Amino acid sequence: MDLVGIQIIQVLSGIATLALMGAGLAVIFGMMRVINFAHGEFMMLGGYVVIVCTEQFGINLWVAMLIIAPILVGLIGLVFERILIRFLYGRMIDTLIATWGLSLFLIGVITWIFGNVTRGVQTPLGSYSFGDYSEKTYTLVMIAFTVVIYLAIFVVLRRTKLGLIARGTMQNPSQASCLGVSPPRVYMVTFAIGAALTGLAGAILAPLNTVIPTIGVSYVAQAFITVITGGAAAFTGTVLASGVFGAVRQIISFQWTPILGQVFLLITAVILLRIFPTGITGRYFRRST
Amino acid sequence: MTGLLASGWRFDSNRHGTWAVAGVMVVLLFILPVLDDPLLLLQVRYYVSMIVLALSMAFIWGFGGIMCFGQSMFFGLGGYAYAISVGNIGESTAPFFLAMIIPAIFAAILGYFMFFGRLNDVYVAVITLAVTLALYYFINSTSGDEYSIGKARLMGFNGISSIRKFNWPGDPKALLSANHLFYFSMGLLIATYVGLKMLLGSTFGRVVVAVKENELRAELLGYDVRLYKLTVFVIGAAIAGLAGCLSINYKNFISPNAFHLSLAAQIIMWVLVGGVGTLLGPMIGCVVLLYVSFILGTGASGGGLNTYLIFGLIVMIFVLAIPQGIVPTLRDWREQGGRYRRAIAGAVLNLAEQLPAPGNVHVRAFGERLLGVLGPTAGDRTKG
Amino acid sequence: MGSITRRKFLATSAASAAAITAAGLMGNVRIARADDEIVIASLFDQSGGLDVYGTPMTMCATLAVEEINAAGGLLGKKIRLISYDPQSNMELYAQYAQEAALKEKVAVVQGAITSASREVIRPILGENKTMLWYSVIYEGGVCDMNNVVSGATPLQMGDPVVEYGMKNYGKKVYYIGADYNAPQIIGDWGKKYVTEHGGEWLAKNLFPLDVTEFGPEISKIQAAKPDFLYTCLVGGAHISFYRQWAAAGMLSKIPMVSFTFGVGNEHKSLKPEECDGIVSAQPYFQELETPANKAFVKRFQDRFGGPDKAPYLNSVGSGSYIGTWFWAEAVKKAGTIEREAVLKALASGMSWEGPSGKLTIDPASMHCTQDVHLAKVEGGSWKVFQTINQLRPDDVKDRCDLTKNPETAEQFTPQI
Repeated sequence: MDLVGIQIIQVLSGIATLALMGAGLAVIFGMMRVINFAHGEFMMLGGYVVIVCTEQFGINLWVAMLIIAPILVGLIGLVFERILIRFLYGRMIDTLIATWGLSLFLIGVITWIFGNVTRGVQTPLGSYSFGDYSEKTYTLVMIAFTVVIYLAIFVVLRRTKLGLIARGTMQNPSQASCLGVSPPRVYMVTFAIGAALTGLAGAILAPLNTVIPTIGVSYVAQAFITVITGGAAAFTGTVLASGVFGAVRQIISFQWTPILGQVFLLITAVILLRIFPTGITGRYFRRST
Repeated sequence: MTGLLASGWRFDSNRHGTWAVAGVMVVLLFILPVLDDPLLLLQVRYYVSMIVLALSMAFIWGFGGIMCFGQSMFFGLGGYAYAISVGNIGESTAPFFLAMIIPAIFAAILGYFMFFGRLNDVYVAVITLAVTLALYYFINSTSGDEYSIGKARLMGFNGISSIRKFNWPGDPKALLSANHLFYFSMGLLIATYVGLKMLLGSTFGRVVVAVKENELRAELLGYDVRLYKLTVFVIGAAIAGLAGCLSINYKNFISPNAFHLSLAAQIIMWVLVGGVGTLLGPMIGCVVLLYVSFILGTGASGGGLNTYLIFGLIVMIFVLAIPQGIVPTLRDWREQGGRYRRAIAGAVLNLAEQLPAPGNVHVRAFGERLLGVLGPTAGDRTKG
Repeated sequence: MGSITRRKFLATSAASAAAITAAGLMGNVRIARADDEIVIASLFDQSGGLDVYGTPMTMCATLAVEEINAAGGLLGKKIRLISYDPQSNMELYAQYAQEAALKEKVAVVQGAITSASREVIRPILGENKTMLWYSVIYEGGVCDMNNVVSGATPLQMGDPVVEYGMKNYGKKVYYIGADYNAPQIIGDWGKKYVTEHGGEWLAKNLFPLDVTEFGPEISKIQAAKPDFLYTCLVGGAHISFYRQWAAAGMLSKIPMVSFTFGVGNEHKSLKPEECDGIVSAQPYFQELETPANKAFVKRFQDRFGGPDKAPYLNSVGSGSYIGTWFWAEAVKKAGTIEREAVLKALASGMSWEGPSGKLTIDPASMHCTQDVHLAKVEGGSWKVFQTINQLRPDDVKDRCDLTKNPETAEQFTPQI
């Protein structure tokens, strides 16, 4: 019984991790069609912001993680949108090469500034017991954060004017422009929000993992596979895909080995895409988010 | 939606251009060994194997319209097929062909699964990426000695080292010398290039391009689009497998890194930098990017500027500075720029157009990149 | 661009070929070498995933060269060090090894971090008669006259720490490590030791290097209830294990000994409360209290920006310092930089005493007999509490004897 309980929590945490990784990409790739190859590096930046804030400036961990990290990474995203990405909208492939350069550049800059030392923040909140097993409390917090973040995204996109403008502009920029919206500004803001979400994800995951300049590589492929398998409705799709992948990976990792978990995640992705050639939500949620 | 990841294309009707490129390579084939510089020959062999890989991607993406994010898997499969079979057989003739046949079979299965399932664009990209990564994780986990095929152990993360080089067919004792390995690699590169050019010029090649340009139109004209795509994919896989086998003959070693995300991404960058929709462009892009990273690593000093930083900067500046390609940018300047721009552009262009040197070839590649980027389907944003 | 006439085509071909050849030649013009310098090369990754190890190693090699030069050089000549950065990329390892051997004609290559990269450059350097000095702790088994190894082997580092665990914690052992060759072999040695000494070997679970989520594994360990945990985790991603282990409240419940802990400066990345109490046995710790080591650490920190900025030194980073100095001493003994003569001097059972203690070459394997220190993490630093003197590198003694078969050049897997 204890074992089943602990496994359920681990499955949920696996799902939450993937959904967190995918959130920012769902905005930048899912909505804006920018292939952000530097996605993993934006997450890495989020982690570094948390470390610098807590270690150098003694700022409270939660403030650093939930407020400063998304704002700073969002601003960094804004800067690169202005000097790099904005020239490349509508040229998906050029965004791929540009953001590949950006990812190498960010790895280089961070290595140059902070050295090649592995950093990290201690996992807060200690542990709780579950029969014979004990688990870190932070897992539960992370799951809760993920739920709140996604609820917020849905509310903003569905219920606010900002969300309406963003969705409208993504679907038809010229018509939005006719209606008095400035598409470049919407793009700029949307990209920054995507970067902020990515930084937030990196920050929330930082206390569970380590932060090194090259950590991004372990995130980027998983995030892309999740978001793309999700399909047209970027957020609903990402949640659904994370649900399937997270469950498959955690259960197989526990029963056999983590490597098989990883392999089965990828095989599941391939099979899902064969069944739904345009992503899980491609057929049924065409106009959804 | 169709052209989401595929870009426009222009048929290179200039036959002389083809033969000029092939001619340069043939000249190199004869000149380089005469220079008696073993290091140069070795390093050229490395570039040759990578150029063959770039050609395979240039072919399936630039002409077949298949955005394969996992071209490295065929490179790796070819390499492992060679390494394992040569370890068992002890002679390199059959392994050489296996290095092309095994990736081709794998591509046929995977391609059937994808193209006959009507998958397209970004979904093909993500499936090929997923399969590549699955192979990466799998091969990485084979460090135990229970993972052996015949006499050859897979060795997991460490990779297989001290792999036998090519020998003369049928005579396992007569290993090819460094010079012969060079002739062999370079010869295969020339054959691949000319072969692809001829294939593209044939009826089959024209249908392939028609499919890429507009799938629906090609289908309505009675062509089985799925079969054409599958064939292109399989040919590309076989060429990538050949590249894998050639690269082993350079470094006598293969590891799961052949399937790693960074190589998979690099192949795409070569094609992009060189120009989608050309064969020459990706060859140049491959050499340029590899050479830049080699040079940057040579001057490294502990604690100095990070190699990645500089390399990343170069890539970003490239995309920004040459968004349309060098020649069109200069032409714009010459037509519409201010006095200075007009003068500079005029001088550079006049010089470039009169020099029959590689600079010219270079410039043309970028020119075609413009057409690639701004082709009929560029800017076609997805509707979903 | 107009149509290309035949003449233009021929001109183009010829000109391009000439240009490419010229470019090739320029790349290979031998830099006129002053007669008063000796060139050596270092090949450590300073960017990419392995730079954590490669950058301190490059610095240590640089420091050693500067010290030798400041002390009057070698055989009256200055040493020039070429530091290549293979960027964690095997193709570049091959390219730089060829360049070092064929173009620069270096006297020795101090190089390779992972076993995979060593196995790429070892045959290349062997073929081109250029000496390779490998100074990283690894899985053992290399048997090659041309490849001197000053890194420690599983027999030297693994047995002492398992012995400590069984004496102090109990007989049920659970092993986790990174999924590749070295942790496999180290695990097999551990299993042999544990079962021979009446213990129980519960599990050997290996993880890919990029795994960061260890929740399921921690639950499995909790279910197995071992007396102590033996780890051989490697790299930045795996540090997550120690963090998650401590966060689950396990650090105080199940003790841990480790083969690799500290090699990636894990104890500096983690907080003291996440790693205090972990025990490891290694040939070098920055905290070693010997005068030779204190002086070395001071020189290193002075050279590279002071105690706060200079990287922490561990048994991997310091290795290239030891390797470079030991090689230089062998050159002095041989009186020449000729490879055969230097190897012969080393194979005479030569000894050298550095910051880690005394190292003696074992002529049969060209590995080093050396000291190993047991240490425990206290307050985030190592506290060395025991030194085991002069352990022999006998991992593949049954098959490797270079004194009898000097032509051997392969890596054996130990028969465990």
